Amino acid sequence: MGALSIRNVRKSYGTTEILKGINIEIEEGEFLILVGPSGCGKSTLLAMIAGLDNITSGEVYIGERKVNDLSPKDRDIAMVFQSYALYPNMTVRQNISFGLEIRKVPKAEQQKIVAQVAQILQMEQLLDRKPSQLSGGQRQRVAMGRAIARNPTLFLFDEPLSNLDAKLRVEMRTEIKLLHKRVGKTIVYVTHDQVEAMTLGDKIAVMKDGEVVQFGTPQQIYDNPVNLFVASFMGSPSMNFIPCRVAVLDGKFGLKMDTGGQTHVFPVEGASSALAAYAGREIIVGIRPEKITHKVDFLAGAPNFYVAETTIEISEPTGADTLLVITINDKNIVCRVHPDYAKSQGERMAFMFDMSKTVYFDPVTELRIL
Amino acid sequence: MADSSNTQTQGSSRFGRYLIYTLLGLVCLYYLMPLFIMLSTSLKTLDDIRTGSLVSLPAHVTFQPWLDAWSKACIGVRCEGMSVYFWNSFRFVVPAVLISTLAGAFNGYVLTLWRFRGSDIFFSALMIGCFIPFQVILLPMARTLGELGIFNTISGLIFVHVVYGVSFTTLFFRNYYVTIPDELVKAARIDGAGFLRIFWRIILPISTPIVVVSIIWQFTQIWNDFLFGVVFSSGDHQPVTVALNNLVNTSTGVIGYNVDMAAAIIAALPTLFIYIVAGKYFVRGLTAGSVKG
Ligand SMILES: Nc1ncnc2c1ncn2[C@@H]1O[C@H](COP(=O)(O)OP(=O)(O)O)[C@@H](O)[C@H]1O
Ligand SMILES: [Mg+2]
Repeated sequence: MGALSIRNVRKSYGTTEILKGINIEIEEGEFLILVGPSGCGKSTLLAMIAGLDNITSGEVYIGERKVNDLSPKDRDIAMVFQSYALYPNMTVRQNISFGLEIRKVPKAEQQKIVAQVAQILQMEQLLDRKPSQLSGGQRQRVAMGRAIARNPTLFLFDEPLSNLDAKLRVEMRTEIKLLHKRVGKTIVYVTHDQVEAMTLGDKIAVMKDGEVVQFGTPQQIYDNPVNLFVASFMGSPSMNFIPCRVAVLDGKFGLKMDTGGQTHVFPVEGASSALAAYAGREIIVGIRPEKITHKVDFLAGAPNFYVAETTIEISEPTGADTLLVITINDKNIVCRVHPDYAKSQGERMAFMFDMSKTVYFDPVTELRIL
Repeated sequence: MADSSNTQTQGSSRFGRYLIYTLLGLVCLYYLMPLFIMLSTSLKTLDDIRTGSLVSLPAHVTFQPWLDAWSKACIGVRCEGMSVYFWNSFRFVVPAVLISTLAGAFNGYVLTLWRFRGSDIFFSALMIGCFIPFQVILLPMARTLGELGIFNTISGLIFVHVVYGVSFTTLFFRNYYVTIPDELVKAARIDGAGFLRIFWRIILPISTPIVVVSIIWQFTQIWNDFLFGVVFSSGDHQPVTVALNNLVNTSTGVIGYNVDMAAAIIAALPTLFIYIVAGKYFVRGLTAGSVKG
C-alpha cells in the first residue's frame, strides 16, 4: 500500500458537490502535485487529507491507517498555508516549537529541533523576531520550518509560493525541491501554476470541477494529455489548437493546413486508423509552440517534419526564444524560434513543423483521438 | 497673473483655516464651560458662591467641599459621603467589565472561527440584544434576580450588566475576528492545539486592540448606568451614580453647590481617567484590522 491513498472521496457543502469521487494513490517519498484552475477543489481535497473538514464519503489512508475519523493532530501530518498562518503573537522560535510543546516534547529536545530546523532553512538570525518583522520570503521559510520541525510522515502544501514575487518564487521552488530530496518525505503540493507543477512533481493530478482529469508523471501529462483541457492547461506558452479537416490521400490521412492563400497537406504517420472515422471531417490538432521552429535543412522532408512558408503576424522576443505568431486555418498559432533565426514582423519565413508529438482531439467531446 | 491668483488662494485658504480654528475654539469652550464651572464651584466656599458670579474664579481655594463630598455629605439618612458608593461601583463594575469582555471574546471566537450550523442566526439573535431598551427588561430581570437570590446584591448588578453588555462585546469581537484568516486556526489545529488552547494562546493574545475597546466601552456604560442601579439595588449597595442623585436631593437646609459639584466630579473621574489613559487605543482599536501574517 502507498504512502497516501485517496479512494473515491466525495465532499458536498449543502447540495453542491465540490469533490466528485477522487482517486489518487502515491508511494512513500513521492512529490504529488494537485494542479487545476482556481475553485476546482484543490484546497478542499487537501483539507480532507488533513482532516480539517469531514469527508462526505470515501476513504483516506495515510500509510496503513485509515484516517477518516482521526483529527488533524493524530494524522501525523504538517501543513504549509498560502497565507503562512504564522502565530502573530509568537516569535519565530515559539512558532516552530508550539507544536512540539503541545506534543510534550521535552524542552531540551525542542531547542535542539528548533536549532536544526533553523540551520536547514538558514534562518538562525530570525529566531527571536515576530512574524510582522519578517519579509514575505522569510515568513514562507518559517512556515516551512514549522512543518519540518514536527517531522511528520506527510507534508501538505497549499499554494505556498503564490504570495511571493516572481524571482523569489523561483528561488523557493528550487529550495522546496532540494528540501524534498533532503528529507525524502511524501509531499502533497497544491498549486495553480503549471510551471511549479511540472518542475516539482513526481506525479501530477490535474483537477477540474472537483474531478481528477488526469493523473501521471509530468512528462506523461505534458506529452499525452487525455483531453483538450489538460493539453491547454499544462505548458507555457500553451499548446496550439488548429482546427483541421482530415484529408485522405492514397489510403493515408493528411491534415489540411491553410497558411493564407496556400493549402498544405501534412501526412499523418504511424497508426492513423483512429482517424478513419474522421475522414473529411474537422478535428482539433494540438501542437506545442516548440515544435514549430525555423527550417532545419537536414531535417526538412524527413517523416513527421513538414515545412510551410507564411507571413509573421507578430514577433515577441523573450530573450531565450522568440515567439512568432502566424495564421493557420484562420487561427493564430504561436511558434517558438531561436532568436538568431527569427525574422521580423510582416516578413515571410519558412517554418518547420515537427508533427511527431502532435495530438488530436475530437472537436465535440474534446477527448483525445490519437 | 499666475502669481497674484496664487497669493489670492493662499490668502483665502489661510482665512478659511482661521475660521475653522476659531469655530473649533468656540465649540471647545462651549463644551469645557460646564467642566470649568463645576471645577471652580467645587473649590469655592458657600459664601463665595453666594456673592460671586457663576463663572468667576474662587476667591480662596478650598478643598473642604471635596472632603465633605467624599466622606461627610449626607446621602439619605447616612452622612458618610460618596466613598462607600464609589467603592461599591468599583466592586461590580470591574468584574462586570471583565466578565462581559471575556464572554464577548469567547462568543466572537466561536461565531467566526468555529462556525456551526445556525451560527449566523445565533449571532443575529444576539444582536437584537443591542437594541433592547433598558426599561423593557426591568421587570423580567427583577424576577430573575429574585429567583436567583441575588436581588439587591453586588452579584446581582454584575449579572445584569454582563447579560446586557454581552451583545455589544460579542459584536466588537466578532467584527474583529472576521479579519483573522481561518488558516491561523487550521494551522494551530494541525499543530495539535484544541479549541480552548487556540483561544488562550493565539486568539486572545492578538486581541489587545479590541479588548481595550471593549473595556472602555463597557466601563463607561456600566459605571455611568443609573437605571439598573436604582432599580436593582438599594441602601448600602447602590452605585455611585445613584448616590450622587440622592446626595443632591438630600436637603439639609442650605444647598451645598460646592459639595454637589465635587461629588459629581468624583463620580465622573474614573471614566474621565479611562478615556485619557486609553482613548487613543480606543480609536486605534475601532479602526484596526487585526493581523497581517
Ligand atoms: N466551507 C465551504 N462552504 C461552501 N463552499 C465551499 C466551502 N469551501 C470551499 N467551497 C467551494 O468549493 C469550491 C472549491 O474550493 P477550493 O477547494 O478552495 O478551490 P481551490 O483551492 O482549487 O481554488 C469553490 O467553489 C468554493 O466556493
Ligand atoms: Mg485553494
